Amino acid sequence: MEATIENIALKNEANLEVFSKTLQRLAAEDRDIIVVTSDSRGSGKLVPFGQKFPDQIVEVGIAEQNLVGVSAGLASTGKKVFAVSPACFLTARALEQIKNDVAYSDNPVKLIGISAGVSYGALGSTHHSLHDFAVLRTINNLVIVAPADNFETEQAIRLAAESDFPVYLRFGKKAMPLLSEDEKTFEFGKGRIVREGGDINIIATGETVAPALQAAEKLERESGISASVVSMHTIKPLDYNLLNKLALSGKPIITVEEHSVYGGLGEACASYFMQTGHRNPFKIIAIPDEYTVTGSQQEIFAHYGISEEGIAASARKLCKGL
Amino acid sequence: MSEQELARKSVEYRRKILKYIYQAKAGHTGGSLSCIDILNVLYNHILNVNAADFASPDRDRYIQSKGHTVEALYVVLASKGFFPESDLDTLCRYQSHYIGHPTRKVHGVEQNTGALGHGLSLSVGTAIAGKLDKKDYRVFTLLGDGELPEGSNWEAALSASHYKLDNLCAILDKNTLQISGPTSAVCDIDPVDKKFEAFGWAVRHVDGHDFKQLKAAFEAIPFEKGKPSLVIAHTIKGKGISYMEGQLKWHHGVPSTEQYAVALEELNVAEETIA
Repeated sequence: MEATIENIALKNEANLEVFSKTLQRLAAEDRDIIVVTSDSRGSGKLVPFGQKFPDQIVEVGIAEQNLVGVSAGLASTGKKVFAVSPACFLTARALEQIKNDVAYSDNPVKLIGISAGVSYGALGSTHHSLHDFAVLRTINNLVIVAPADNFETEQAIRLAAESDFPVYLRFGKKAMPLLSEDEKTFEFGKGRIVREGGDINIIATGETVAPALQAAEKLERESGISASVVSMHTIKPLDYNLLNKLALSGKPIITVEEHSVYGGLGEACASYFMQTGHRNPFKIIAIPDEYTVTGSQQEIFAHYGISEEGIAASARKLCKGL
Repeated sequence: MSEQELARKSVEYRRKILKYIYQAKAGHTGGSLSCIDILNVLYNHILNVNAADFASPDRDRYIQSKGHTVEALYVVLASKGFFPESDLDTLCRYQSHYIGHPTRKVHGVEQNTGALGHGLSLSVGTAIAGKLDKKDYRVFTLLGDGELPEGSNWEAALSASHYKLDNLCAILDKNTLQISGPTSAVCDIDPVDKKFEAFGWAVRHVDGHDFKQLKAAFEAIPFEKGKPSLVIAHTIKGKGISYMEGQLKWHHGVPSTEQYAVALEELNVAEETIA
């Protein structure tokens, strides 16, 4: 799919604004696009969508199991359904509906987890989704995607709308910097190299790609360490070709994610590397096995080393063999 | 189909349910026997579905929320030509598509079910699509009384009336027994009619083994314009086999060779008494 000028125009908008506007563009031309929401019209930035397309939005109230079941029923008739709900509730309360009604029954619902990771910041652990990659990775027949900038978000929405398989899209809340003016290819299952470097490889996903990129620039600037940075937007299926290529460089590998250290991108990569005999120095940067410290998303990131400073520090250590 | 013809069909279906459960040494006997008369009337008298044109967007939908009684569904689908009945010789066997709960690998099955409390939400979504597309199809879902404590049912019941889904009919197979005991002892759902009415549904009670009452109820759908319909079918678990009726152990009991022979003899007698 070709990148459009709209990507550039949308680069300073919040992730969910891009989501909403892209859906509006698609819905204007396709009456089969249906949004199903669990009282998430406001938080999902879907108020304009509902006003423009009142016949293409279904509200089920705060009832995530029903949200996913109803979405599966709609999808079974050929509708292109986007089920929108905070990621924490969507993937925990409705996990069995995702497993059975969507994935097992092959009803190609697009599950949209909004305000994912620690986007809700100080609202606390009830509202954080640090489990969603882990639980959804174990579900067969489900593509898992976490876009890292507004370009990826727009492309992911467009691809998801046309896909005949179920997709989970994980979105944060805030505006994200455009990661690369050059690299404008996006395909599910293909990691996007947003920075080339020769000393260390940093594989990040979603909103952690931006700090990874900042860390790479800091490393170059301050330590002369040249880092590659990959936006591994698709957690499943994982881009094994790219992982293999990165591992063959023999250089250290760091993974970064806004997720529990258990069951996410890092463990998925570790599993691949171990089973294929790659033994690069390796480090997972993620949220440790604890209920998170209180703070904003950025404060929580900084606390756990998911930041320019933290990632750069981890990279320096790994390069020194520490 | 006349009531006599339906009665003969049900004897045939009961015979086959027992045959395939006996052969497979697995299955949900009691519930399949309690709901079979309902499926009989739906597939032979009400539903606009057929094997040759099952992909039609205009077909009526039947979603079996109480997926564990899949043997009832399989024998009815086989009789309607969805697949050769001999396929059921593989029921629950290694690599068979005929799994112990409905799957779409089997021609004629709308949705994969088995985990309880899923069918009503799936049906609500399908019924909303029918309204959006201005289609005339109707959506039927079979609920078990044992699955009603699942909260997802009540979420779905709310949205069905919110969206005025008079193209949706839920049927409650109220056989009053679940795996651990009487539903009234495990988690009482009564007065279930008043609960659904309070949720905005139109409700009717029928004897779930009386073909005349079942036909009349399904022909009267929607019971009220603008409301989803609930048919509370009062049934007997293990219906039709004297030693199984109302007996908890037949929830998923499998008859021995001797018990199977007795059951077949009772069905032969039942068939002879049909006018």
